[in-house]
Amino acid sequence: MSNIVDVPVGPQHPALKEPLNITCYVDGEQVVGAKLRIGYNHRGIEKAGEYQTFIQNLYIAERICGICGIVHAFDLAQATEHIIGKEIPRRADYLRTIGLELNRIHSHLLWLGVAAHEIGFDTLFMYVWRDREVVMDVIEDFTGNRVTYALVTIGGVRRDLPQEKAEKMLRVMDALEETVKKYKEMCLNEKTIRMRCDGVGVLRKEDAIALCAVGPTIRASGVPFDIRADDPHAAYDEIPFKVVTYDTCDVTARILVRIDETLESINIVREAIKKMPSGPIRARLPRAVPVGEGVGRTEAPRGEVIHYVRSNGTDRPFRWKVRAPTLANLLSIPVMLTSKGDYVVYIADVPITFASIDPCLSCTDRAVKFVDVSSGKSWVWTFSQIKRMYWKDKPCWRERP
Amino acid sequence: MGLVDWARLRSPWVLHFNTGACNGCDIEVVAALTPRYDVERFGIRLVGSPRHADILIVTGPVTKQVEKRLKRVYEQMPEPKFVMAVGNCCASSGAFRNCYNVYPGLDNVIPVDVYVMGCPPKPEAIINGVVKLLEKLKKLKGGAS
Ligand code: SF4
Repeated sequence: MSNIVDVPVGPQHPALKEPLNITCYVDGEQVVGAKLRIGYNHRGIEKAGEYQTFIQNLYIAERICGICGIVHAFDLAQATEHIIGKEIPRRADYLRTIGLELNRIHSHLLWLGVAAHEIGFDTLFMYVWRDREVVMDVIEDFTGNRVTYALVTIGGVRRDLPQEKAEKMLRVMDALEETVKKYKEMCLNEKTIRMRCDGVGVLRKEDAIALCAVGPTIRASGVPFDIRADDPHAAYDEIPFKVVTYDTCDVTARILVRIDETLESINIVREAIKKMPSGPIRARLPRAVPVGEGVGRTEAPRGEVIHYVRSNGTDRPFRWKVRAPTLANLLSIPVMLTSKGDYVVYIADVPITFASIDPCLSCTDRAVKFVDVSSGKSWVWTFSQIKRMYWKDKPCWRERP
Repeated sequence: MGLVDWARLRSPWVLHFNTGACNGCDIEVVAALTPRYDVERFGIRLVGSPRHADILIVTGPVTKQVEKRLKRVYEQMPEPKFVMAVGNCCASSGAFRNCYNVYPGLDNVIPVDVYVMGCPPKPEAIINGVVKLLEKLKKLKGGAS
């Protein structure tokens, strides 16, 4: 095959909101393969985290990703509490659950809008984003900010939910449920959506399992894998909810999984407000964390997030590791973008296929590999070399505590 | 004021470039375009190509990996061009000041006209930033003509 053309997409591209480079190998109109190049978003957060205290790290953790920020802060707090080994007040668990679910509602609606935009259905994009603002208002009312909440802290939460606000939240949830049901109806019946999404971006069940996909991506391939149900944390053990799965394995399934999950989340918020016990919202925990290792995991809107923290007895972590869901899901992109047998991928389907895993690259870029692009040579740098090259003008540049 | 300047003031087209942001600012920039805030009523439109843009909206700390691409996008924009730094971490690397892979501010890489502070700034603040930029533009033009 001699007439295969490389089509590079990104790092700056109208269909991508984040810097990423996809190279598609195209034969006529068909995509016969794809290669991803990530790393434009690598900032070096994990390393910086070793130079800041656990409390300071909550804020930088929240800024790993602005869409699901609370998830990272929650996970880091969970991992730290795991090392300390103390229970936190039950009310704080419920408030965290409400925060996580509101975040999921906003993230899924955001994604629905972006997906509509990718298939050229800008009307739906505008409608969804208009209705999403309602959720943002509720979040602002509850946590004090629209995007970075700073709600979770080590040992509990920083803000309580008074009765009036809870009632207002319930009212908004009722209205929102109606709207989301309307969108579900629309996605099931609207020809434009069905024609663009049915049978596109297929990820078969075996592939999804073999490639370790997580979150809505694997649930849309018919695998009921959800950390909230499999390893209950926060208040998920006391709140019943359904793990949504669809088994058509295509983009439509991913849209429907996310819409149904939004409806589930609305129910979880309602249930959590109803069952929430009274009491303190925060336990005072020591600043210096004892020697040990801790793990926090939760279900972010995009899948499972794992934080690993190791402490050497000071107030700063010795090592902090983040594994975000998009890194697991990215591996399935080349499979979805490769024509095989009677499964044909057209170049016009590349944006929606890519968007269907809800990629979040700022979460993903946690590691670097030094490669000289011109010669293809790669090497490993020692930490002191990095310090000399890149870190000399940073305020934290001093010996490790 | 010539016709071109008049048109530029009435309908500035913006290009959004994420240089390693946490997405917080990006979703607020997009939120500013959607019905609640709707900057299109001022003629502001998001475009996909640097060659069509008057204003470059940069979000996020500039990472070393993206630096070259950012310069290339900036160079591809036609004159006169303006740059808006949205978010604390774009202006001064903010929460990421201890990270080894970021520049301490966008102005280390390309010249900046307006800074919008906040982490993330609200959509209202971003609109305010654009309006400030337009005022600046008007004054420049007023002095020249
Ligand atoms: S200013 Fe804050 S919200 Fe905006 S990109 Fe930077 S860290 Fe994220």
